[in-house]
Amino acid sequence: MQTDRELVLGLIEACHEAIVIHADDLCELDRAIGDGDHGTNMRRGCEAVYLDRKRLCSLPLPQAIETIGMTLVMSVGGAAGPLYGTLLIEIGRRLGARENEADFATILGEAVDAVARRGRAHAGDKTLLDVLYPVQTEMVRQSALINIAKRAEVSAQLTADMKAMRGRASFLGDRSIGHVDPGASSCALLTTAICRYLKEYRPA
Amino acid sequence: MKGKTANVGIVIVSHSPLVAKGTADMVRQMVGDSVPLSWCGGNPEGGLGTNAMGILSAIEAAWSDHGVAVFVDLGGAETNSEMAIEMLGEPRSGMVAICNAPIVEGAVIAAAEASGGASLAKVVATAEELSPS
Repeated sequence: MQTDRELVLGLIEACHEAIVIHADDLCELDRAIGDGDHGTNMRRGCEAVYLDRKRLCSLPLPQAIETIGMTLVMSVGGAAGPLYGTLLIEIGRRLGARENEADFATILGEAVDAVARRGRAHAGDKTLLDVLYPVQTEMVRQSALINIAKRAEVSAQLTADMKAMRGRASFLGDRSIGHVDPGASSCALLTTAICRYLKEYRPA
Repeated sequence: MKGKTANVGIVIVSHSPLVAKGTADMVRQMVGDSVPLSWCGGNPEGGLGTNAMGILSAIEAAWSDHGVAVFVDLGGAETNSEMAIEMLGEPRSGMVAICNAPIVEGAVIAAAEASGGASLAKVVATAEELSPS
């Protein structure tokens, strides 16, 4: 079994790599229906976390996750900062609450609800929530990591059929239909990177 | 005069530093130094975008114990402003309001209202009259 230190470091590196490799693709998706900066914003956030990885991996897991969330809020430079930041801050706080014996799927569910409140968005609005909710459902079902990753990728693709109701893409109305949402796409990339890392280094 | 003024403070948040600064210039022309005023524009690297930490600093700079009204342009500016307000912590977070109003017109009319010593609720209501309900 890995220590928290190895786990935090491994996950930071896996997420950083996934975003750096796909930053241009995310910008391309965002250029179609938004302001074109989702990839550079996410890369800026992941670089900030990556540069701080030595300190972060010395923290207990809940505190590391919460601190990573705060770093994303400070560094991303777009709406994705508060959204991903809220997700991680809420997960970290709930994991850290001693009296909280809830399983991770429940904690994730509460954190995703907090993201929905932060963005005043719902399922089907063509946002990262359209990946987070299905991922949480798979976790409740205790699905295999590979199936969680697959569900995330399929869910991101399904946002192409949706009409954007929140964010810059909502200004396009029906013209937003036919394009994958950049936030949903980055969320699927990160989910896949996390699942792949856990499968490789933490065989269940 | 930080925190000591009797007038509500005004903060302007735009994706563009030029828009934020330009709006602040127009507010200053209208009310001079009678209203605490600050702005934040752009992402942490200075490009187009928004920046929670910068917004937090701007709110601190325009702080008034009578409250602060925040004007935003597009979605990310609002989301990051909400995050910055939460980071202020209670009870100060309850004394900051994001106005649902056009950024330039809203900030100028709000500052004019604030310069007369109006309450935060009155400043916000006056600015929000500009928005179609």
